[in-house]
Amino acid sequence: MASFQHSVSLDAHKCIGCTSCLRQCPTEAIRIRDGRAVINSSLCIDCGRCVRVCKHKAKRAVFDRISEIDPKYKWRIALPAPALYGQFEGLSEVGDLLQALLDLGFDDVYEVARSAEIISECTRRYMRKPDILKPVISSACPAIVRLIRLRFPELCDHVLPILPPVEYASRAAKQEALQQHPELKPEEICTVFISPCPAKTSYAKNGLSQTKSTIDYVVSMTDVYRRLSGKFGKGKNSAMKSKAGIAGVKWATSGGEAEGLYSDRYLAADDMDNAIQVLDAIENGKLPALEFVELNACPGGCVGGAATVENPYIAKTRLLSFKHKLPNYRNYLKVENKEPDFIPDDALVDNPLLDYVPPERLSDDRLEAMRMMAEIEEIYELLPQIDCGSCGAPTCRTFAEDVVKGECRMEDCVVLLKKKLQEGQL
Amino acid sequence: MSALTFHYDVDGQDFSSAGEASVAVKKKLRQMGFPPDVIRRCSIAMYEGEINMVIHANGGTADVQVEPDKITIILEDHGPGIPDVELAMKEGYSTSTEEIRTMGFGAGMGLPNMKRYTESLEIETEVGVGTKLTMVVKV
Ligand code: SF4
Ligand code: SF4
Ligand code: SF4
Repeated sequence: MASFQHSVSLDAHKCIGCTSCLRQCPTEAIRIRDGRAVINSSLCIDCGRCVRVCKHKAKRAVFDRISEIDPKYKWRIALPAPALYGQFEGLSEVGDLLQALLDLGFDDVYEVARSAEIISECTRRYMRKPDILKPVISSACPAIVRLIRLRFPELCDHVLPILPPVEYASRAAKQEALQQHPELKPEEICTVFISPCPAKTSYAKNGLSQTKSTIDYVVSMTDVYRRLSGKFGKGKNSAMKSKAGIAGVKWATSGGEAEGLYSDRYLAADDMDNAIQVLDAIENGKLPALEFVELNACPGGCVGGAATVENPYIAKTRLLSFKHKLPNYRNYLKVENKEPDFIPDDALVDNPLLDYVPPERLSDDRLEAMRMMAEIEEIYELLPQIDCGSCGAPTCRTFAEDVVKGECRMEDCVVLLKKKLQEGQL
Repeated sequence: MSALTFHYDVDGQDFSSAGEASVAVKKKLRQMGFPPDVIRRCSIAMYEGEINMVIHANGGTADVQVEPDKITIILEDHGPGIPDVELAMKEGYSTSTEEIRTMGFGAGMGLPNMKRYTESLEIETEVGVGTKLTMVVKV
C-alpha cells in the first residue's frame, strides 16, 4: 500500500498550524510539526473532514480540471453523481442539468444514478446467497472501505463485493458509446466523474483492492457548480431527459442505498463518528440481527461531501422533490440466468476483495511492539492527559506514541515544560 | 518478559460509555500486531463483560494482561453475585429487566458468549459480595 495515491493534500504556505483539523481526523493521521500540519499518508483515508474544517483553505482536495482533459479523447462522457442534482436552486428538471453539462462541452452524459439502480438489484441478489457473512457492509463510500481495511480487519469479509455505482457507470457508459458510435476507438473515449468528495478521487486513482478503476478523470462538484449556478429556473425544459429513477437518485443521501434492498433489517449511519461506533458494534457482535449496513463518511451522505456546495439537508430536500417527476426505478439488470442470486461478473469486484493493512502496528516484531507499548503506557502516565494539542499531536496518548516512535521529544509537551519551570526543575 | 497490564474502570451509571474499554483494548492489540481473530475474540469477551457489569453490578474494573502467547482478561465487580452459575451459563438466560433488553442489551448472551470466544473462563462469585471473571484468549 506504499503507493496509495491520496487526494487530500496540504498547502504549507496557507497553513498557520491552528490545530483545528488535528482532532477532527478520524484516524489521527494529522500532526503539527514546525508550525504546520502534516498528514501521515499511510493512515489518511481521504475522508475530507480536514478540508471541511480548515478555515485557511490549507487543506485541499485534489481534483482534475475540465480544461485539462487530454484532446486525444474524442468522446468525453460526464458521470454526474446524484448529489449534483441537489446543488442548484431553481433546478426543476434533471434533464436541464444534463443539458447544461452537454453545453459545457461534454459529448454525452451517463447518470451514476442509473447504475445505482442496477447495483441495488445486484445487492438484493447477493443478499439471497446462503453463505455470506451478515451484516453485509456497503462498499459505496471509499473512505469507509479504507477505514475498514486499516482498522477493522475482521470486517473486511463483510464488505459487499459488488462494484460501486460510479465504476459500473463508467464501464457501462464506455460500452454504450462504442455501440452507438462504432467509429470510435476505445482509447478515444473517456469518462469524467463529477464527484462530491476526495475519497472518490482516491478510488479512481487506486481502485478497490485488485479491481482497477476505468474512470479517467474526477472533477469536483464545486468546480461544476461554479460553471452552472444561476443557469436554471427560467423554465427552460430542454430536450434532455433523465434516464434514472428516484431510487437511484436517493443514493446521494444516507439511507438511500439501504432503502433499495426492500428489507427492514438494515442500518444506515452517516458521519464518521457514527460510522466508527457502528463498526465497533458489529465487531463486538452487538448487531447480529441485521442484514445490511450502509455507512457514509459524510454528514447526511454524499450530499454532505467535502466537494459539495449546498447544505446537505437543503440538497436532500431538493433531491426528494424530484420524486414527483421521476419513476421509482428505470434501470434493470438484463440477465438470462434464472437463479435468484445470480450476479453478472461485470458487477462483481475481483477477489480477494479487501486485504488488511496494518499501518498502526508499532513494530512487525511482536515482542518489540509490546516493549514499545509498555513504554507508551509509562510516558502516558507522566503526561497531563488534557489533550490540549499544543505538542502537535491530537491527544496525549498519540503524543506518547510519537515519543516512543522517536518522532518527537518529551520537551515538546509545553504543559509539562511549564510545570517543570514553575517547580524550578529546569 | 512480564505481562503488560492495562487497567480500566467501568462506570456503572453510564450505558453510553459501555464498550469503551473494549474499543481501547482492541486498538492496543492491533498496535502490538496480534492476529485479527485474537483481537476480535478479546473484544467480544471484554465487551460482554463490560455490559454485564453495567447492567448487573453498577460497574467494576477490567484488567487486561497481555503476554506474547496469551491474553488474560480479569473483570471484577462488587455487584449482587451470580446465585446459579450453571443457569447463567445457559444461552438465552437473563436476569436483566425488560427496559434494558429493549435497549438491545442483556439478551442473555453474556456468559455463554464469553465462554465461546475464550479458551478458558473462570467464575468466582459470591451472592451479595461480587463476581470475578478470569478469561484467557490464547494466541
Ligand atoms: S486547520 Fe489544519 S491545515 Fe488548516 S490552518 Fe489549521 S492546522 Fe493548518
Ligand atoms: S482526509 Fe480525513 S483521514 Fe485524511 S488527514 Fe484529513 S481528516 Fe484525516
Ligand atoms: S459519504 Fe459520499 S461524499 Fe462522503 S466520502 Fe463517502 S462517498 Fe464521498
